[in-house]
Amino acid sequence: MRDFTNLFIALDETNKTNEKVAAMKRYLESATPADAAWAIYFLTGRKPKQLMQIPKLVSLAIAAAGLPDWLFAESYDATGDMAETIALLLPESTKSTNQSLSEWVENRLLPLRGATEQAQYEAVLSAWEELNESQRFIWNKLLTGAFRVGVSQQLVIRALSQVSNLEPAVVAHRLMGTWEPTPEFYTRLVAPETDDADISRPYPFYLAYPFESEPESLGDVHEWQAEWKWDGIRSQLIRRGGQSFIWSRGEELISERFPELIEESNILPNGTVIDGEILPWKEANVLPFSQLQMRIGRKNVSKKMMEDVPVIIMAYDLLEFEGVDIRDRPLSERRELLERLLRGLSCSADPQQMTLTERDLSAPSCQRISTRFRISPTVEVDSWEAMAEARGNARTLNVEGLMLKRLSSPYKVGRQRGDWWKWKVNPFTMDAVLIYAQRGSGKRSTWYTDYTFGIWDNGKLVPVAKAYSGLTDEEIRQVDLFVRQNTLEKFGPVRTVKPELVFELAFEGIAKSTRHKSGIAVRFPRMLRWRQDKPADEADTLETVAALLDSQNNS
Amino acid sequence: MAAQELVKLTDAGLYCEAGDFYIDPWRPVGRAIITHAHSDHARPGNTHYLAAEPGIKLLETRLEPGSSIQTVPYGEQLTVKGVKVSLHSAGHVLGSAQVRIEKDGEIWVISGDYKIEPDATCAPFELVRCHTFITESTFGLPIFRWRPQEEIFDEINNWWRGNKEAGKASVLFGYALGKAQRILSGVDAEIGPIYTHGAVERLNAAYRASGVDLPDTTYAATMPRGTKYSGSLIVAPPSAQATPWMRTFGTVSTAFASGWMRIRGTRRAKAIDRGFVLSDHADWAALNHVIRETGADHVIVTHGYAAEMVRWLNEKGIRASSFSTEFEGEREELQPARTESDTNEDETDSPESTPAESKQESNIVERFL
Repeated sequence: MRDFTNLFIALDETNKTNEKVAAMKRYLESATPADAAWAIYFLTGRKPKQLMQIPKLVSLAIAAAGLPDWLFAESYDATGDMAETIALLLPESTKSTNQSLSEWVENRLLPLRGATEQAQYEAVLSAWEELNESQRFIWNKLLTGAFRVGVSQQLVIRALSQVSNLEPAVVAHRLMGTWEPTPEFYTRLVAPETDDADISRPYPFYLAYPFESEPESLGDVHEWQAEWKWDGIRSQLIRRGGQSFIWSRGEELISERFPELIEESNILPNGTVIDGEILPWKEANVLPFSQLQMRIGRKNVSKKMMEDVPVIIMAYDLLEFEGVDIRDRPLSERRELLERLLRGLSCSADPQQMTLTERDLSAPSCQRISTRFRISPTVEVDSWEAMAEARGNARTLNVEGLMLKRLSSPYKVGRQRGDWWKWKVNPFTMDAVLIYAQRGSGKRSTWYTDYTFGIWDNGKLVPVAKAYSGLTDEEIRQVDLFVRQNTLEKFGPVRTVKPELVFELAFEGIAKSTRHKSGIAVRFPRMLRWRQDKPADEADTLETVAALLDSQNNS
Repeated sequence: MAAQELVKLTDAGLYCEAGDFYIDPWRPVGRAIITHAHSDHARPGNTHYLAAEPGIKLLETRLEPGSSIQTVPYGEQLTVKGVKVSLHSAGHVLGSAQVRIEKDGEIWVISGDYKIEPDATCAPFELVRCHTFITESTFGLPIFRWRPQEEIFDEINNWWRGNKEAGKASVLFGYALGKAQRILSGVDAEIGPIYTHGAVERLNAAYRASGVDLPDTTYAATMPRGTKYSGSLIVAPPSAQATPWMRTFGTVSTAFASGWMRIRGTRRAKAIDRGFVLSDHADWAALNHVIRETGADHVIVTHGYAAEMVRWLNEKGIRASSFSTEFEGEREELQPARTESDTNEDETDSPESTPAESKQESNIVERFL
């Protein structure tokens, strides 16, 4: 626990990635495999199932600190971090621990789950008693399951790669999926070779960078494969050993949310891994993302839900074929295998007849072994001008733009530049008025950075979007000051402010919504710029914004 | 309420009607008592100023040349239109003062900014008993708990030594007025050379001219190109972060000294390597201690976590309310890292305009009283 706390402090005390990697390497080299396994587990953002209810922890901390509830709440508001707030408010500590991380986790932390309230209280109080302020913070972080320390998975992988002399991609793959943080696991993780194939283990996703320059800079258009950028859940479908698994990009096992896909995947041969997008789909059309969202929000997928919002996988890529990892083969080859596998002929869209959803996806050439597994259609053009034109049609097809992938590219790990680009259509915009503000969390916890915006509807402002990003630090500072000086009302952490500031918001899509007062929901809203030139009464109206609904194909 | 209201809040600032003067006004007025030289308290544009004697040279760097400034030693009582006025050390920065106002036996004290921990660069805080205490509350939450400055200086020295061993320069950001000099007075100057940003050097000169002992410092801009800074300490205002000026120093470790560094989020928002919890304001315990010991039966909170402090005091049975002022406390230290373009004019890297020695005579001609 002491060494792990010191590792945390070292990671927290530098902004330089090389120093962070070096600190992790030092820790891993001196830690026991048991400690290293837990360290990797927490550093990669994994967490045990809830150990103790947060409100119980809070009331215990309040009692220990001897403060009124509201003052604890204000303190939390100022730090934006529960574990930190508790560590800062507890009476000063006089002790610290030398016991190892694994001992603390296995003997002190994990037994909290399912213990009686009294036992939990006593265990947590005695833990606080034995730890110094930094250690208390770490303990609280582990306890609240919110251990994020500003190191990315990539950096952990780099450190492990240096410790083990393995390629980062190998380490990344071994870290995927579910695993138990045991000494054996860690030993296998850094071993030169292992044969412990866990059949559910997904491959790391390859992610595209946004494309922001001129397409001509990419060279010959024929060296590229263009596909539509679908708006769904990026997933991996794995078929191995007679079982199927679906993983989301966030490494969450989501098989249970999509029983019809799992069932249908029986037809795939063992040793198959498909990278694709889960989309809500009816007949020949993709449905708005909000419908899929509604479906994944439910704990149990009802029959009615499956009928109302049927899903498909739009297959992008084939990562494993006949049990062999084929990620280093060129995209053109993987694509051919994917098409062969899903028994399709090449399924392409003619940009001259931009009715892709209607024609091409239901065309006989696109019929495959299953209507639930579709091959992502490619956009076949002979010039970048034609490509740009195709991109311009994205909105009517209910896609976000184009994906450009170099035909010779291997399937890489993580977000990398060069071979894969996402070339989105320009976003929608509206001018909206700042009406509510709330402090951010983490490093934005002392600033009002989380805003709700309204647009006019019959002389009143109705909330239409929340946005957190897009302003410069200097602008944040100015808006923060405005919020403090122009608060009309306070509701807990939320302040109602004088409706004066106008911001241009960008968003990717718009859909009807019964859950929002305005009747519309916008997708990925963010602040494009602060319209200091515009008075509030010239902001957009609900009428003009709702009219954007028609520009999309919301059938 | 039998007691009279000696100070009230106006659009221009805190105003004593009976004596017809303001305390740290934010709009130009006829007569202003200035508690200390920080820019949110000492604003130019007033006709006459009154301030504590030890801070005169600092104040002169802040106000326009030729301003009519009268000074008074700590504790010396003046009578302004029948109101007794005296200034008492606030322990915040050199020359910082609390303002004690007495009329017909009723005593009010306006704290300005204060801390009670000793500071080698200024006089210690003096506790002044009063009926109404107008206090700051910059760090008025129980999460703000300072450790003894000796421990913090040890941390700073260890950081500096570690950087020196790693061949790096150590750039430490802190307020140019007060914090920078307190840091200089506390670091171990044996470790290596100390360089300064112009804004700091200008105020170092004012501190030295006021008789405060500081280790030797060199204004970095006077060094020839190609100077090696590894192993040295560079003290600079927060606004110098992310300016081209920083490129001069090669490989650096950056740090920030402020009470806000107690919160991890603010430390991370600054994009610095280290945060040292060193403040020139009272922490939660000290605020409570001072408020209690003044014996005041009414407390008015001016800035910082004001609503929180007011509620806390009222629940403790101390009548409290707030004045909504334009004082910022250390809030401006909270700013996220700035971009290169918006360096504060006040903190440009130029040591010019050292304290004006001229215009002293005008103080004699136009007096505050």
